[in-house]
Amino acid sequence: MPILMQGNAAIAEGALRAGVSFYAGYPITPSSEVAEIMARRLPGQGGIYLQMEDELASMAAIIGASLAGARSLTATSGPGFSLMQENLGMAVMAEVPCVIVNVQRSGPSTGLATRPGQGDIMQARWGRHGDAPIIALCPSSVQDCFDQTVRAFILAEKFRCPVVLMPDQVVAHLSEGLELPGEVTRSERSRPTCSPAEYQPFAAPPGEIPPLAEYGSPYVFHVTSSMHDETGFSRSDPETARKKNLHLHRKLHDRVEDIAEVRYYGPDRPGVLVVAYGITARAARAAVQGDEDAGVLELATLWPLHERRLAEVAGSARLVLVPEMNLGQMVHEMRRIVRHCPVHGLHRADGEPIEPEEIARAIRDSGGEAR
Amino acid sequence: MRDFRDYLALDRLPHMWCAGCGHGIVLGALARAFSDLDLDPSQIVVVTGIGCWGKADDYLRTNALHGTHGRALAFATGVKGARPSLQVVALMGDGDGVTIGGNHLIHAARRNLSITGLMVNNYNYGMTGGQYSATTPYGGLTTTSREGCPEEAFDTCALVAAAGAALVARTSAYQPAQLRALLRQALTTPGFSFVEVASTCPTYFGRFNQAPGPAEQLKDVAASVGSPGIVAKRQVDDFHARYWRIHGKGDEHER
Ligand SMILES: Cc1ncc(C[n+]2csc(CCOP(=O)(O)OP(=O)(O)O)c2C)c(N)n1
Ligand code: SF4
Repeated sequence: MPILMQGNAAIAEGALRAGVSFYAGYPITPSSEVAEIMARRLPGQGGIYLQMEDELASMAAIIGASLAGARSLTATSGPGFSLMQENLGMAVMAEVPCVIVNVQRSGPSTGLATRPGQGDIMQARWGRHGDAPIIALCPSSVQDCFDQTVRAFILAEKFRCPVVLMPDQVVAHLSEGLELPGEVTRSERSRPTCSPAEYQPFAAPPGEIPPLAEYGSPYVFHVTSSMHDETGFSRSDPETARKKNLHLHRKLHDRVEDIAEVRYYGPDRPGVLVVAYGITARAARAAVQGDEDAGVLELATLWPLHERRLAEVAGSARLVLVPEMNLGQMVHEMRRIVRHCPVHGLHRADGEPIEPEEIARAIRDSGGEAR
Repeated sequence: MRDFRDYLALDRLPHMWCAGCGHGIVLGALARAFSDLDLDPSQIVVVTGIGCWGKADDYLRTNALHGTHGRALAFATGVKGARPSLQVVALMGDGDGVTIGGNHLIHAARRNLSITGLMVNNYNYGMTGGQYSATTPYGGLTTTSREGCPEEAFDTCALVAAAGAALVARTSAYQPAQLRALLRQALTTPGFSFVEVASTCPTYFGRFNQAPGPAEQLKDVAASVGSPGIVAKRQVDDFHARYWRIHGKGDEHER
């Protein structure tokens, strides 16, 4: 029996069932429900809710907690997500599993605080200095909020990296049916099995993820935001830096098939392919309903992008249409990946979601290209 | 009983600090305080910021978290929050601790998790070339105040005491034995403890403002401290005690 739940509540529920034991955050619309539910529910599960002085501190605290062995979480929105970027980079560099919820609102700056946006797509990927790759997931329903939160914790531990969950405000504040599973698969940290004296927190064969101990175990270890070798101590020669940066990149990009989830709805060989994510993917599905020539490809994972699969699905298309609640972000990636046909953007940055009719009209208006 | 050398990564020496820099003296006192209390290195987490003093973890054989500039206490809050049985120490410079990180400092003092903050105050940003910080005195010469610093300095201990810390103490790198004793006390105090160590940066602040030579500069900074020792002390319940009392689980979570 599905129960009625809000997207933010489903995220909190998913995190609690996934075994989160530490939350640090700073309230911000439209994400605050996550904090409120955590504050109410965590103590009863023996967990810690900390309301930090700002988002820099929130991000730092969830990194510290994860290194001490906790499954840790924070939730924020655009302005707070910007403040988290430096320490997100620290989590990338030190390979610390943690989950960050960024409920996207309309920007720039304080913008339209209560209105939806999808303007943080590139910030999620490129917001930090250095290349600093991460995983970013994008739910499009309340069920998806729950499921993808559980998955975020699993991916964070499996790939030893921060995972950002990026619902837009519509999805986060939407109330709809949620089917709660009896049990969820919890993330497992791959802990060291060698002797404590042999443990090196960053040593693994190329492409593999090094096991991570926790502070307080017999495995004494160093992590640093500075460039470092396998031992975790800082080291700055070019060979060390080259290896580390390649490792951070390749551990995600070489295993994109294990990470990236793309959902395709439509005919086998679509003439028009709409590529969308979040609430816009649902508008797109409504827009192509009954159209035998058009399909929707939903990016349930934003980063890393499953480029091979995208190119494959788009192979038959005469037109790719990318509707998004920004002035053009993911559309540039699609233009890079799809070269054989036009890739049109459909953009809206006024704090209003894109309506199915707008997408349907864009398909109709593309006339010759589409038909 | 462990020796202070058991806490040091002796194989990482020589350290990166300039000849005559006060940081090594402070690190020695910290390692000795650890050994005085016979702390298990696997139960210690040293969290550092960015700066010359922030490099201290490179020479320690405890757990370490070298985070970002100014945020050592925020990382430490996560470590201690999630695992209160750990002994958590945050090492900060004056730039780190009370300039870029001032907000975290007052909130750590107010929140009173049982963390020890050890701030080495050399009155300037050593690592980036001797610019002024929030502890540079009015008129102090630095590479961004060639004619004298136009701003007033923080009295950091007064600030931390006012914010509610359990223990606040101040001394200088000229008094390593007293520093060691104060650190022992800080490490065993429930709630947030804070030790400020006035120290030297002979390469920059010392050269521009103090007596010639690192040894004489140590005497200068000792004199500037006035009366070293405990500045403030309060009986507090630490964060976890209050948290579990509020949530009606006082006894279960006594650790
Ligand atoms: C966000 C950020 N801003 C600036 C810097 C540059 N920076 C590195 S260390 C430092 C100041 C260090 O001074 P202090 O904390 O007093 O330590 P010291 O070097 O004197 O020991 C600065 C400004 C940085 N690393 N990160
Ligand atoms: S620059 Fe100053 S603080 Fe840094 S190592 Fe040299 S003397 Fe010490």
